[in-house]
Order: sequence, then C-alpha cells, then structure tokens
Amino acid sequence: MTKARFVRGVIGIAAAIAAIELASRTGLVDKVALPPASTVLARAVGQLGDSDFLHSMASTLEAWFGGLLIAIAIAVPLGLALGSIRWLGTASRVVVEFLRPIPSVALIPLAIVVFASTTNVKMSLIVYAATWPILINTLYALADVDPLAKDTLRSFGFGRLAVLWRVTLPFAAPFVTTGIRISAAIGLIVVVSAELFSGGGGLGTYLSQTQSGGGRPDLLLAGALWAGLIGLAVNAGLVWTERKVFAWHAARTEGAA
Amino acid sequence: MSRPLRYVGWGLSRIWLIVILAVLWQVLARAAKNPYFPPPSEIFPIVRDLWFSGPATHFFLTSTALDDFTPSLAHIFAGWIAAAVVGVVLGVAIGRSRVVSELLDPVLQFGRAVPPPTLIPFFIVVFKITDTMFIVLIAFGVIWPVLLNTIDGARTVDSVQLDTARVFRVTGWQRLWQVILPAAAPKIFAGLRVSLSLALILMVISELVGSTAGIGDHLVNAQRGFQLPEMWAGIVLLGILGLLLNGLFVLVELRVLAWHRGARRLAG
Repeated sequence: MTKARFVRGVIGIAAAIAAIELASRTGLVDKVALPPASTVLARAVGQLGDSDFLHSMASTLEAWFGGLLIAIAIAVPLGLALGSIRWLGTASRVVVEFLRPIPSVALIPLAIVVFASTTNVKMSLIVYAATWPILINTLYALADVDPLAKDTLRSFGFGRLAVLWRVTLPFAAPFVTTGIRISAAIGLIVVVSAELFSGGGGLGTYLSQTQSGGGRPDLLLAGALWAGLIGLAVNAGLVWTERKVFAWHAARTEGAA
Repeated sequence: MSRPLRYVGWGLSRIWLIVILAVLWQVLARAAKNPYFPPPSEIFPIVRDLWFSGPATHFFLTSTALDDFTPSLAHIFAGWIAAAVVGVVLGVAIGRSRVVSELLDPVLQFGRAVPPPTLIPFFIVVFKITDTMFIVLIAFGVIWPVLLNTIDGARTVDSVQLDTARVFRVTGWQRLWQVILPAAAPKIFAGLRVSLSLALILMVISELVGSTAGIGDHLVNAQRGFQLPEMWAGIVLLGILGLLLNGLFVLVELRVLAWHRGARRLAG
C-alpha cells in the first residue's frame, strides 16, 4: 500500500465518522435511532470495561475459532482424499455444489432440538457452514494441479505420497486459505445468528437482550462495530498470510494476468 | 461411443454420488428410528402436502404456501434488487475515480466485515418488525459484495479498451454502457451471486428472530411445537429455495455473460 493511499483511507474514515456525527447532531436523521458517531465510539470503548459484554464476546470467539478449526480438520483431508481420486472428485464436486446453496441458518432450529448444550449448537452450525467453502476450494484446486508437474515427479520415481506432498499440497494451499477466509466470514454470521435466535450466550444474545430492554441503538451499534472490527482483523490476518506464505503464488498469478 | 450415450455417461459420472447419498439417508434414517432424524420418505410427502398440493389454477400452491412464500420472497427480492441497483450505480460512480475509491475503500471494507445479523436488533429497534425492517436489513446486509466488486470491475477496465473508445470518440453514456459496464460485468455478477446467497441467509434468520410470517416463521412454529417432521419439511423447503435461486442465477449469468466466455476462449 502506498503512503498516499493510506492517507486517503484515513481521510475517508474521518469523513465518514464526521458525516454520521453531523447527520445525527443536526437532526437530519432521528438522533435516537442513529446516535452520533462519537457516542457510539464512546460506548464501544466503554464496552471494554463491561464484563458482561466481554464474556459474551469471548463465548462467540471461542465457538467461532473452535468451529472453524474443526471445519478445517474435516474439509482439508476430505478434499485431498476425494480430490486425489479423479472419478470420486468429479462426483463430489457436484454433491458439494448441490449442498452449498442450502442456507445453513435454516438448520438452527434443528441444532437446538438435537443438542442440549448451546456451545454444541453453535459449534455444529459453524462446522456445517464452514466446511463447504474449504472443501470446494480444495476439490477445485486438486482438479487443477498441473499434470505435467505430477508426471515429471512420477517419472523420477517419486511415490504417490511424495507427489501429494511436493506438488499437490503447495499448489492447493493458497486456494485452501481462500476457502478458509470465506468460511471465517460465514462462520461469524452463523454464530451470531444462532446466538440471536437461541439466546444461549455470546454476542448475539448480548445484542438481543440489549434490544429487548426497550432498545439502546448506541450500544447495539457499538456491539456491531466490535464484530466488524474483529471480522476485519481476522480477514486481514488471513490475507496477510496468503501474501507472505504464498508469495510465489501471488507473483505467478499476477504475472499470468 | 455414440453421442447420446456419451452424454448419459457424462451425466452419470457426476450424479451417481448424489443418488447413493440420498439412498443412504433414507436407509440409515429408517434403521435408526430416531425421532429427530425422520427418513426423507416421511419428509417429502409433508413438503408436498403443506405447500404443493393446491389447485392447478394456483400453480399447485396451497394457501399455506401463498401465506408463507409471499412475505419471504417479497422481502428477499426487494432487498436484493435494491442492493443490486444501488450497489452497481454507486460502484461505477466510485470506481471511475481512483481518488474516491481509495478514500472510501477502508470504510467499505469495514461495512462488508460487519456480520449483518449483528444489525438485526438495531434495525428492529429503529423500524420495529415491519416489511421495511426486513427489506432494509437485507439490502444493507448484501450491498457490500456488489458495491466492492463493481468498484473493482469499473476501476480495472482494460486500458486498451478505454483508449480504443477514446479513438472512436465513444464518450458519456455510450462509453458507460458499451465499454465500462460490459468490462465490469463478470465481477458484478460474481458480487451479485454472493449477495443472493447472503440475502437468503438474512431472510431466514430475520424471520426466525422477528417471526410474524414467512417460511422462517413456519419453521419456528414447527420447532416450538416439537413437530419434527414438519420442521424438517421447512428445512428441505429452504434448501430447495436455495438451489432454485442459485440455479436461476447461474442460467441468467450464462446468458448475459455468454460473450465473455466466448471471448475468453478465443483469447486462451
């Protein structure tokens, strides 16, 4: 990122905050419905001292990361196994394309009925929703591995596992990371949704309780602000990983384009 | 091998696993006799009886179907179309200026990062549980992928195309319609597809939380009444809806972007 671009970004953020502040203070929009930006920011800082809020956030993050890790542990090996066998890979891609558009939040009522513990409800939903993007990226990456590179290694006498380790995995890794990034965003949406509906603790429950007490738009927006910042940080971390760890990949795809 | 036979082979090599999994679902659910997991042979008749056994004059939809589908579909389409129109218009306007897009980039990235369900309580406080609330929530929640992809698409128009347009004195609206929008179209469509699946998620969760009507509300009632096969029917219905929306979108995209794939094939 160039310096000019960074400065412009900061100016843009400041302008957006000022615009909301002005719209609210001048009465352009209802002040209660959309509180001034400074109030929301102050509330967001204040929430850092609110143990109720911090516990909720911790519970959400725990379920989110835990579910995401389980989804990775399921989807990557499964994708590698299914994708390594050509005829199985083709058919599984169709199955995943078929199951993926089914909205995961429709399963929230089922998960609540089946699992007694709210942590299990949240985790199972995240695992379900987060598995598809990782699985499908792994499957498509494996279908695209350069056959020439694989054949070259094979002709030098490398075995199946060596080819998998030296060619297939390095090729698939950036695509898998992209899948994880998509899954992380969906996972956060699903966990907050489950908490909103089931009331089993976490950020979603904190927000719905704040709303039912007559409504505090300033606190609700401050909570959403934190969720957005955390989502942004995790996404930025994964993008950074993609750029640093897979620098060779980015260089190649940009060179090709 | 003859041509039709080859097509059959192509299809079979793709769908055999779905068929096996469906049969497995039936057999396992039947054997398990677990009330939480009824077999599909029990679920699908309920889907048909509840929603698709109406008179032919109503396209076989029952009155329950009309009650459930109308609000849900109205919310999702109104929200998604509003997001699409505003997202594309704003996106082209922002994306044509490098300075403006760099000014707004962090703000818009933040907007996309906020998980839309966290805003449901806020929108309920502001709009109460009304049609406006559902539509504004869906539109606000799904506009980001369209907006960011359109900005990206409008910014990265091939400079040769822009120069060619300049040489031929193609300017103004004509340049927008015939050069910039077609060049940005593949990215716009990718954004629209992401927002459509997100819109479905938001439609369902907002109806689960602020339930007054719709498919989500039907699902909640079935769950609260512990009518498990009917709850499964609701899940299956939403799955079918997801598949239909996705399928329709792919068909439209194939038609609208047919030239794009053709051009890419020539270039490749």
